[in-house]
Amino acid sequence: MGWTRKDLLTMRALDATEIVLLIDTAASLQEIAGREIKKVPALRGKTIVNLFYENSTRTRTSFEIAGKWLSADVINFSASGSSAAKGESFIDTARNIAAMSPDVVVVRHSSAGAAETLARTLPCSIVNAGDGAHEHPTQALLDLLTIREHKGHFEGLNVAIVGDIAHSRVARSNIHGMRKLGMTVTVAGPPTLIPPFVQELGVKVAYRLEDAIRDVDVIMMLRLQQERMTAGLIPSLREYSRYWGLTLDKLRAQARPDVLIMHPGPVNRGVELSPEVADGPYSVILDQVAKGVAVRMAVLFLLAGSKAGEQA
Amino acid sequence: MSLLIRNGRVIDPAGSVDSVQDVLLKGDRIERVGKTLAVPADTKVLDATGKIVCPGFIDLHVHLREPGQEYKETVATGTRAAAAGGFTAVCAMANTHPVNDNRAVTDYIRARAETDGIVRVYPIGAVTRNLGGEELAELAELAEAGCVAFSDDGKCVMNAALYRRAMEYTLPFATPLISHAEDHHLSQGAAMNEGVVSTELGVPGAPAAAEDVMVARDILLAELTGAHVHIAHLSTAGAVRLVRDAKARGVRVTAEVTPHHLLLTEEAVRTFDANTKMNPPLRTKRDAEALVEGLIDGTIDCIATDHAPHATSEKEGEFDRAAFGIVGLETAVGLLMDRLVTPGTLPLATLVARLSRDPARLLHLPGGSLAAGAPADLTLLDPEARWTVDPARFASKSRNTPFAGWTVTGRPWKTIVGGRIVWE
Repeated sequence: MGWTRKDLLTMRALDATEIVLLIDTAASLQEIAGREIKKVPALRGKTIVNLFYENSTRTRTSFEIAGKWLSADVINFSASGSSAAKGESFIDTARNIAAMSPDVVVVRHSSAGAAETLARTLPCSIVNAGDGAHEHPTQALLDLLTIREHKGHFEGLNVAIVGDIAHSRVARSNIHGMRKLGMTVTVAGPPTLIPPFVQELGVKVAYRLEDAIRDVDVIMMLRLQQERMTAGLIPSLREYSRYWGLTLDKLRAQARPDVLIMHPGPVNRGVELSPEVADGPYSVILDQVAKGVAVRMAVLFLLAGSKAGEQA
Repeated sequence: MSLLIRNGRVIDPAGSVDSVQDVLLKGDRIERVGKTLAVPADTKVLDATGKIVCPGFIDLHVHLREPGQEYKETVATGTRAAAAGGFTAVCAMANTHPVNDNRAVTDYIRARAETDGIVRVYPIGAVTRNLGGEELAELAELAEAGCVAFSDDGKCVMNAALYRRAMEYTLPFATPLISHAEDHHLSQGAAMNEGVVSTELGVPGAPAAAEDVMVARDILLAELTGAHVHIAHLSTAGAVRLVRDAKARGVRVTAEVTPHHLLLTEEAVRTFDANTKMNPPLRTKRDAEALVEGLIDGTIDCIATDHAPHATSEKEGEFDRAAFGIVGLETAVGLLMDRLVTPGTLPLATLVARLSRDPARLLHLPGGSLAAGAPADLTLLDPEARWTVDPARFASKSRNTPFAGWTVTGRPWKTIVGGRIVWE
């Protein structure tokens, strides 16, 4: 069962076998992080361009480390301080970069569909590192790897995804991935942050935090963007935090003792997560970050390495 | 100079004609329609056996982009695209640069049409100055200069009091207001229809209600003022229902629909191809079905393309930042013949009526009929021709169509304006 795709654009496009292959590959690459010399020759001579049109610390660093540990040459391009700042269009910039023959372009962009647009235009492999509110497949893969390591399996698990579902690419990618792996997903938040017809993606909807987190195996809290208030979606941060912030009290009252608390970061401490929960025993937030490097190594290896028939 | 069009299937909805006949043109007028007409001296004969002969098609919603955006389209290229698509007349929307909100711009467009155009061009004036939605344009002078209707198309006049005044002020001119019905607050930031597809794609959507509330408002204002309001590019089942009910009550409301809203749905957006991005957006299958039904039962009066040319660079990048709109003149007739007439959904005579008689009546334009003395504007169709949409071969300057690669049967064969064949 091999990897055949040129690109990794969405979780929606993948089937369960492909998702498990990515996670298994990531699991086997995790041990590199513990080595004295963190380098394998799998992508030697390959060029990876990180094309980041949106600010990112975690994801860009994670892709960069992943590429370097695999011995690829990694180039970082960020829109600020580049030709894009001088008004060059996204597609023109991408064509220029493609003319330099990279093997993989990792793209982060605030517009949904940006990765698809690149994949249609450029001959090299494209990895979607987050496109608007559409998808963020490597985040979902690292979330899934984290869940499997802690729970041992996927089938039958119950997950609550809480917060700004409407604007979250993390939620969308996880919904697709989790559903394909046999998990039950409940999305929860104030109705203004729940996108229309979301049930048609195969999820349940809850409008109270207490209902969403009762007896689930995993609680994934999403970041609340400050601009949602000005758009009239919620009245105030204070009110949001009161009804949707996850505190130790709410957790103890409703959740299972072995529940996992996840968050894609960056955390608004005191808004969606109280500090004692973010840093508490249920939290696997930093574990997610560590798994992120392994997942991105797996993605880069399967896209760029397997073609050459090389071994990690 | 005369032309005898021999032995074609003549469809003239205005005269309830649908049979094989001859049509004799004399100068720029229709002389007569009849069976086996004698050939007068100095007359060219055109054998139209197996072809369909119709009154010239009129597209009352076209963006010619001149003046100001000649890199997208000009009067010269836009009217050639019209002729190639079987249209003998187009109405040019006011959102040019500068906006057609004063007589100088109207005069300019008409002068261009005179020198560069190959089909008839009827300017539409802006309702408000610079499409700003704040103060009325000089509507009386625009009407005198030849504007056949008024519209801020591309934008909606959000101020209901101002729109009411525009309706009242234009009552004496018999120039309808063409409403781009969209509540800009409800559609803010939207790049597609709001629904399950926008939820999945994470693209901001405009709910159908953004259109419906404005259609409802416009109907109420038309009722209040007695004015004729024409709803541009109807796209929702709700709007069809509102227009149907209003017509039943006797309100002076009419409506148009585009080929793309009849034939495509929001599912097309999944490709993130910006050629599926237009305003109003592609809606659901249920909406498309309601539009077809409205077109058949006469709730919707006419088909208009909303031909909106854009340069490739404005359509190839990020979906949410791409320009709204697609070209439509050169694909409309073939697509509708193939996808609606051939399967038996829409009678051919109804299609012809919605493209000729009905838009002419609605805007009080000459044409739309083959009666003796009418302008010799005709569209001749070849119902058998099979062809594939190839944007590289468009007469339009722009290539932005979601229909590239579609193969259809039926297309315009010859386009005749004022007795002259302008395209074949």
